[in-house]
Amino acid sequence: MNQYQLMKLLKRVGLYALIAVVLVYAVFPFYYAVITSLKPSSDLFQVDFWLSSVNFNNYVQILSQGSFLRAIMNSIIVALSVVFIALLLGITAAYALGRVRFRGRTTVLLTILGVSMFPQVAVLSGLFEVIRTLNLYNNPAGLVLSYTIFTLPFTVWVLTTFMRQLPQELEEAAIMDGATPWVTITRVFLPLMWPAMATTGLLAFIAAWNEFLFALTFTLTDDQRTVPVAIALISGGSQHELPWGPIMAASVTVTVPLVILVMIFQRRIVSGLTAGAVKG
Amino acid sequence: MASVTLEKLNKIFGSTHIIKDVDLAIGNGEFVVFVGPSGCGKSTLLRLIAGLESISDGTMQIGDDVVNELPPRERGVGMVFQSYALYPHMTVYENMAFGLKLAKMAKETVDDRVMATARILQLEELLQRKPKELSGGQRQRVAMGRAMAREPKILLFDEPLSNLDASLRVQMRNEIARLHHRLGSTMIYVTHDQVEAMTLADKIVVLRDGRIEQVGSPHDLYQRPETRFVAGFIGSPTMNFMPAELVEASGQGCRVQVTGVGELSLPQDASNTTRGSQLTLGVRPEHMRLEEAQGDNAFEIVNVEYLGNEVYVYLEPKDGDILLVHRTEAPSDWQVGHKVALAPEIEHIHLFDGDDKALGLTQRSEAA
Repeated sequence: MNQYQLMKLLKRVGLYALIAVVLVYAVFPFYYAVITSLKPSSDLFQVDFWLSSVNFNNYVQILSQGSFLRAIMNSIIVALSVVFIALLLGITAAYALGRVRFRGRTTVLLTILGVSMFPQVAVLSGLFEVIRTLNLYNNPAGLVLSYTIFTLPFTVWVLTTFMRQLPQELEEAAIMDGATPWVTITRVFLPLMWPAMATTGLLAFIAAWNEFLFALTFTLTDDQRTVPVAIALISGGSQHELPWGPIMAASVTVTVPLVILVMIFQRRIVSGLTAGAVKG
Repeated sequence: MASVTLEKLNKIFGSTHIIKDVDLAIGNGEFVVFVGPSGCGKSTLLRLIAGLESISDGTMQIGDDVVNELPPRERGVGMVFQSYALYPHMTVYENMAFGLKLAKMAKETVDDRVMATARILQLEELLQRKPKELSGGQRQRVAMGRAMAREPKILLFDEPLSNLDASLRVQMRNEIARLHHRLGSTMIYVTHDQVEAMTLADKIVVLRDGRIEQVGSPHDLYQRPETRFVAGFIGSPTMNFMPAELVEASGQGCRVQVTGVGELSLPQDASNTTRGSQLTLGVRPEHMRLEEAQGDNAFEIVNVEYLGNEVYVYLEPKDGDILLVHRTEAPSDWQVGHKVALAPEIEHIHLFDGDDKALGLTQRSEAA
């Protein structure tokens, strides 16, 4: 082996070593959560990197709790509602902002972007008042409202950039065919915007699914809670015991669907994000 | 089918005045071509007729109705776009049926119309394909089919052939012309290519800076350009222009002195032009002969292009800033470097005054 080949080999080894480091860094916490969830509670504080025996007790325990299943249902309803409303409003707003010439269009776009910069905590108390006034306290609809506020700017922004890239003549052809703006959006633009819709929809779903602060603040009773809060409030036999096993099992249960969703849509996400990235 | 009448039509975008006082009458069943350099407003004019742009001032009639405020779908116009703008997610059939379905036609009627249109355009085999599976020429035909399916009174074409390669362009040009003979519908066509304009049009409208420069049949525009701009725009290779000085004008015509050519007696009426003023003489490449050089009036042949059926000879005058082209049938004996004299055919010479307006013929010579 000459020097050149050696260098090549070393570079290759170095590359894979780096990839391994990144991979471990990113995946290890999740991996450890999975492992922990599959251990019997007696082994919980023994540090093992490999699983010696599989034990589904933790899963049985949380899934047999009515309140946890109820929380999953709530989360699904809230997240899907957020996705639906955000996409509906997002695409109609994107049509107006991307396609219709009107005074102050840029200002509106920048305001939308600006709104999304505020941290959640900053608007928490104000939003709490709004939700109380609207009589949505301890109601999933209140969560849908508050999540949509934070999801919409991103959705509008990405869909607007995407909408702008669709050729002008396509819209004009639809106009010549007698299409109203609504028909143009639903029957011409929507079918072409699936990548962007999948991306923004999925990101909205993840945001709504994982949100904790609002969910904790705006709900009171077990039957209205969403998953992140429900997990945080899982309690053990006494107040000195944190039931790590069930918590990990619950976390894994609610994360796996997301991972699967991302896997399914990953191609679309990439094309959707890059499509929105370069302004046309 | 319908006529189109434009009266004092204006279009202003912000501070740019794009269309300036355009008056135009388009007859029923006519094939009219808007032609001009880029930025002359020809596409805007077409879009105004389509209803894609709003009219700033003036009136537009289609048939007997003023359509200024009507949306495109109520004007009875169909449009073929430069990029075709086919709906990528729909099949050819769905593309053509889209407008019909939106007009809430019965399913059988939609089917009949699409099939009839597909037959005319030979698209029957392709009805179930998506646009991405079609060649350029096929997409072009689908775009025409979509515009035709609604049986519009007027068909509009916005540079429909500019995305095709040269040979396909000639073929599609031919198909569009045959389609017009067959349907007999009013068609308005925008192009920057004067060959397309000459070959397709019943009537050519030459536009320049938002104004109509001249309207006429291809023959009129070629034989009797009213301005130097039209003279230079129509015909390929372009007309040769040479500076000329008016020596004498009378009721029979005029005499001009042309550098490098000598004094010419022309039938044009220059009685309104002062003697000694500078004119421009125009002569098309096919309307002049080359002779052996004699004395001072000589041009040098700087290039010869052989095209098979014809030959272009490029000439440079002695003081050499303008290049002239002479067109002749092949074969030709002229060689590069040869000195020649130029003999324009008097009856085909055009004369333009200081404002680049063509001078008309005297009545006497008109009669003869």
